[in-house]
Amino acid sequence: MDTLLQQLINGITLGAVYALVALGYTMVYGIIGLINFAHGEVVMIGTMVAFTVIVSLAGSGMPLLIVLGIGLVVSVIVCMVLGWALERVAYRPLRHAPRLTPLITAIGMSIVLQNVAMIIWGRNYITFPPMIEKIIYDIGGASFTNVQVAIVSLAAVMMVGLIYLVHRTKIGMAMRATAQNPHVASLMGVDINRVIAMAFVIGSALGAVAGCMVGSYYEIAHYQMGFMLGLKAFTAAVLGGIGNLAGAMAGGILLGVIEALGAGYIGDLTGDFLGSHYQDIFAFIVLIVVLMFRPSGLFGERTGDRA
Amino acid sequence: MNRRVGKTVSWQRHWLGMLLVAVVLVAVPFVAALGGQAWVRIANFAILYIFLALGLNIVVGYAGLLDLGYVAFYAVGAYTYALLASPHFGIHLPFWVILPFGAALACFFGVILGAPTLKLRGDYLAIVTLGFGEIIRIFMNNLNAPINITNGAQGITLIDPIRIGDFSFAQTSTVFGVSINGPHKYYFLLVTLAILVIFINIRLQDSRIGRAWQAIREDEVAAKACGINTRNIKLLAFAMGASFGGIAGGVFSAMQGFVSPESFSLMESITILAMVVLGGMGHIPGVILGAILLTALPEALRYGIDPLQRMVFGHPVVDPESMRMLVFGLALVLVMRFRPAGLWPSSQRRRELSEGTH
Repeated sequence: MDTLLQQLINGITLGAVYALVALGYTMVYGIIGLINFAHGEVVMIGTMVAFTVIVSLAGSGMPLLIVLGIGLVVSVIVCMVLGWALERVAYRPLRHAPRLTPLITAIGMSIVLQNVAMIIWGRNYITFPPMIEKIIYDIGGASFTNVQVAIVSLAAVMMVGLIYLVHRTKIGMAMRATAQNPHVASLMGVDINRVIAMAFVIGSALGAVAGCMVGSYYEIAHYQMGFMLGLKAFTAAVLGGIGNLAGAMAGGILLGVIEALGAGYIGDLTGDFLGSHYQDIFAFIVLIVVLMFRPSGLFGERTGDRA
Repeated sequence: MNRRVGKTVSWQRHWLGMLLVAVVLVAVPFVAALGGQAWVRIANFAILYIFLALGLNIVVGYAGLLDLGYVAFYAVGAYTYALLASPHFGIHLPFWVILPFGAALACFFGVILGAPTLKLRGDYLAIVTLGFGEIIRIFMNNLNAPINITNGAQGITLIDPIRIGDFSFAQTSTVFGVSINGPHKYYFLLVTLAILVIFINIRLQDSRIGRAWQAIREDEVAAKACGINTRNIKLLAFAMGASFGGIAGGVFSAMQGFVSPESFSLMESITILAMVVLGGMGHIPGVILGAILLTALPEALRYGIDPLQRMVFGHPVVDPESMRMLVFGLALVLVMRFRPAGLWPSSQRRRELSEGTH
């Protein structure tokens, strides 16, 4: 019982992070139908920037929360600029190119970002200084920390904010219109370029927040960390039905929980034949099984084949 | 009458061209050897990648199925060879048994993965294949306990080279008075294989199956309406691509004498896909060009970046390895930016693009 509860808690924390990253994929996909392969790298840059800022301000005597806040804000701003630049350089010129072309530029950009990060931050693991004093709470044999509480609540706030933005503001309406039909939306006076750029910028901002969360949760960062994280998050987005905001959130949480439970129980399930290092497999197996039965993801609309 | 004359002339040209290509192909390893044995190996890898890229071209270029886990089939082939021809299990089967077996096994995996998932739309299929690739890699990485099958991250060493009778591909031997060493031998083996796969690609292109693939790529619903069994035809493309991957894996294993999960990362799948797209999807010369460029470029950068840095700055400023990948990534972006249909697209595709219709 305590294992179950413990893994659920860990899974929800991890899932909140996946969900935030998945939102970045799903927003871009929903609007222009493109897999932004470089998104994981944006998240990684977000972690790295936050790390640099926090470490360099740590000795300044400022209150801890302010240092963390500045780190978060700087990382969000850097990532927003990065997301905007990505769209401008790698995607906008290719909007009418064959479908696979922007995929290759995205991969190219992701290689570039990874190596830039390696040049700046080196090829070794970076350890975050333990700044936040961890408080551990116990419930029913399981425990969770204040960091986990912060991650989950911050993620929840961001998601509510995003839903408000998309459903209640003018730019949100423009986004939904563009997602439905870019051509008609442009006839109605929607500036398509601006909307698409906004999707990248907002997605990157969410990614930066997620990056900071990963950094503070695992307390390490690496220039290649964006890859697996992005892959899992993209899986989460597909699981929920790509292009669907609520789907990405649900898919993220679900994936996190499945992974944590899987890692906790795989040994028992297979009679210790497979160990917890098979954790990464769960995401993909669940994905394949779900798509076999629901080809558009759990919450995706069933779109008919276009004629 | 005139047409026939024209045809004869073009046939003569054709043969002349073939002869020229043959001479160049024979000369390549000897010329490359002048720059050091490393370049012969690079040439070998370029040809191996041509093989892989053309295999993937069937799936992506012809049938239009975005496969991001192609390397899984390559890995299946490589590990099949490694396990059946190394001291790891003490089994030493000859290559002509293992290569077809590896291809069949890869094909089997292709069908297993493809059968339930090929009804998915493009990007969903992409992520499923990607996931499959990761699953295979994770298994290879961890299947060393409790029963040691793949030897985990250390990989399998001392894999037998390809051997025909006493003629081993790992040793230097003298043929017609010319001393030929291991990499050279593999070069000629690979060229033979590559010519075979090029031939198959060409024959497939305008065959009934090839046209069915292209019809599915352009419009699946219309293809279905024309009576094409889209599921089986897609599955065929997938299985065929997978078997080529399996063969390439076997040859890779034999050539290297060593396999480890590291060689089969997602990056490898992506590189092969980049070769296909960068060169010109569905266009055989384009794909070949893409494969050669993307193999040679990183290697050329490996040898070029460091001296260049020393020349400009007097000392290495940036780690050459990351600089190399940086330039590689930028090259991908720039090529696609300025030639969205690839470096050498088929004339048909170019026409479609310039008309601005999809």
